[in-house]
Amino acid sequence: MDGIFQELIIPKYNYWAYIVLMMVGLYAMIAKKNLVKKVIGMNIFQTAIILFYVSIGAKTDATIPILYHDAVHGDHHAEEHVDGHGEEAPHGEIVHESADHGDEHGEAESHGEAHGAAIQAKDYINPLPHVLMLTAIVVSVATLGVALALMLKIYNRHQTLNEDEILNQLSSD
Amino acid sequence: MDQFPALLLLAPLFAAFVIFIAGWQGRNIHFPMGVLALAVSAASCLGLLFQVMAEGPIRYRLGGWAPPMGIEYYVDHLTAMVLVVVSAIALVNLIATRKLIEDEYSGKVPVFYTLYMLAVAGHLGIVVTGDAFNLYVLLEISALSGYALLAMGRARAALSTLRYLFMGTVGASFYLLGVGYLYIMTGSLNMQDLATIIPAISSSPAILAAFGMIMVGVWIKSAFFPLHSWLPGAYGDAGNPAAGLIAPLTTKVMVYVMIRIVFTVLSPEMVFSIPDLSNIIVWLASAAIVLTSFSALAQRNVKRMLTYILISEVGYMVGGFWLGNRTGITGAVLHILNDAVMTFCVFLAAGAIMYKLGSTRFEDIKGLFNKMPLTMGCFVIGALAMIGVPPTCGFFSKWYLVSGGFEAGHYQFVAALIMSSLVNIILFFRIFEIAYFEPFAEGHGHGHATHTGAAVDEAPWSLIVPLMITAAALIAIGLYTGVIVDNVISPAIPADIV
Repeated sequence: MDGIFQELIIPKYNYWAYIVLMMVGLYAMIAKKNLVKKVIGMNIFQTAIILFYVSIGAKTDATIPILYHDAVHGDHHAEEHVDGHGEEAPHGEIVHESADHGDEHGEAESHGEAHGAAIQAKDYINPLPHVLMLTAIVVSVATLGVALALMLKIYNRHQTLNEDEILNQLSSD
Repeated sequence: MDQFPALLLLAPLFAAFVIFIAGWQGRNIHFPMGVLALAVSAASCLGLLFQVMAEGPIRYRLGGWAPPMGIEYYVDHLTAMVLVVVSAIALVNLIATRKLIEDEYSGKVPVFYTLYMLAVAGHLGIVVTGDAFNLYVLLEISALSGYALLAMGRARAALSTLRYLFMGTVGASFYLLGVGYLYIMTGSLNMQDLATIIPAISSSPAILAAFGMIMVGVWIKSAFFPLHSWLPGAYGDAGNPAAGLIAPLTTKVMVYVMIRIVFTVLSPEMVFSIPDLSNIIVWLASAAIVLTSFSALAQRNVKRMLTYILISEVGYMVGGFWLGNRTGITGAVLHILNDAVMTFCVFLAAGAIMYKLGSTRFEDIKGLFNKMPLTMGCFVIGALAMIGVPPTCGFFSKWYLVSGGFEAGHYQFVAALIMSSLVNIILFFRIFEIAYFEPFAEGHGHGHATHTGAAVDEAPWSLIVPLMITAAALIAIGLYTGVIVDNVISPAIPADIV
């Protein structure tokens, strides 16, 4: 029991957090009768996934991926480098690789700029998931807008946002 | 020539902006602009199809950025075929429903055309993109414009669409989550790049989880059996021009995405070797076909009935694909083409009936063969294709699916297909009987005193001609099935599937 806690829950708390949030959102969408609450649930659901993406870009002891002219990170004090989700994670290694993969090009481009100082991908968080989530946030805002517009239309017609009452009205039409 | 992959997407996208701005300033250029944009798009898709048939798959770098960093458009035989289907149906539907749109959405016509263009761009983009995250964005573009189009329907439409929006958002979110898992494992979002990285780590549970989530997301969007509850309301309550665009296309495009993910991102041998998975899915598909066919029997409205048949057709395609043998997959891919065209045909006919009668309920269509002989003639051809009568195209894809089922030993799938064909016979012949033998209900519906039951009162020619072309296409596709399978579908299926 203790082992499970140590290995599965604490190092991977970000995954647990997103799953819990997702389930909260899903519960609201399924169980609530009020359409506004359903929309709130939907937004929580989408936000959970955004948080998941943001958390996979994070690393311990890493900074934002901006290169300074005078490379301030000469000392690589991060030999025992751990990423945010714990070294025991079965795919922890690959997370690093993926970060490398993502930064290779940035590294190659900016070599000259940074006076040839070795730039290690592990010193920078992976910006790509964050950039992807900018798009996903826009999408979720647009979805929210459409949902609210539909609810406005429903409310103008039925004077209620309770799904049961709306269905009653519709079936009596 | 080289720019076809970008052009087919940019034409409707650009037209959407132009139509919106022009409509805002009170200028009505929406129809010519829309037709022009979709014609450019359809011509590009056809050009791509011939290019692919001549030279093999095309990889197009959007903006010149090299993959895996840049977004790549990838066109192979399967992509090109689905592109042609989507763009052609969108174009024909736009021309056919011009009067219906003005009738049904008066005052909001330019907005409708704007959304229509966006929806088409989204659907085409989903098909053509070679980037897993870009696919998500385009999925949401098509879905959001689709919600708006569907919600512009009758009284119930807003609530039905809101339910679709909830389900659709959950589906897209599951897809996004699956892509996130793939990204954690591989660090790439480009489908071709993913395909080179995944084989080395294919036994990892995270890859399986990613695959499962993507599939669930895609199945929600394509209304595969247990996840289909949103579809009848959303499509049945929508206005006909919107339903005519979205009903034939969205489910088919999502089935295409499923095939793309299995063929390109993961490998078919890996996916089909997951123990029991394909068995379970084929069973689900069989259940989908049988149960939704019976749900269709319970409907008393032509359009509602068609939405249930649509769900059962999704079962054909998903089940046929998961048979995992060449015959079954050929049948599933062929059925994407056939089902798109025949669904379009019957929905367009239903739109014409709705335009004239204001209803598609069974009690209102009595004697309709006398009143609208051409529309009903095309409806009969569409219905025969759905039942699977040769030489209409529906017969041939069903033939492939049934033989694939026998080859794979999935007799329950074969039984479900035959059962569904029999139920379709009942469904459609019931309509024929009502519309042919029962006299036209005098004074019903609009209650015009001058109604003479026998007088021919057809829908406008701008609708009838495209409808007749579509019905003719059903027979033409059937007659040229061999050519299509040899030149387009066979090269689309990886050689290692036997």
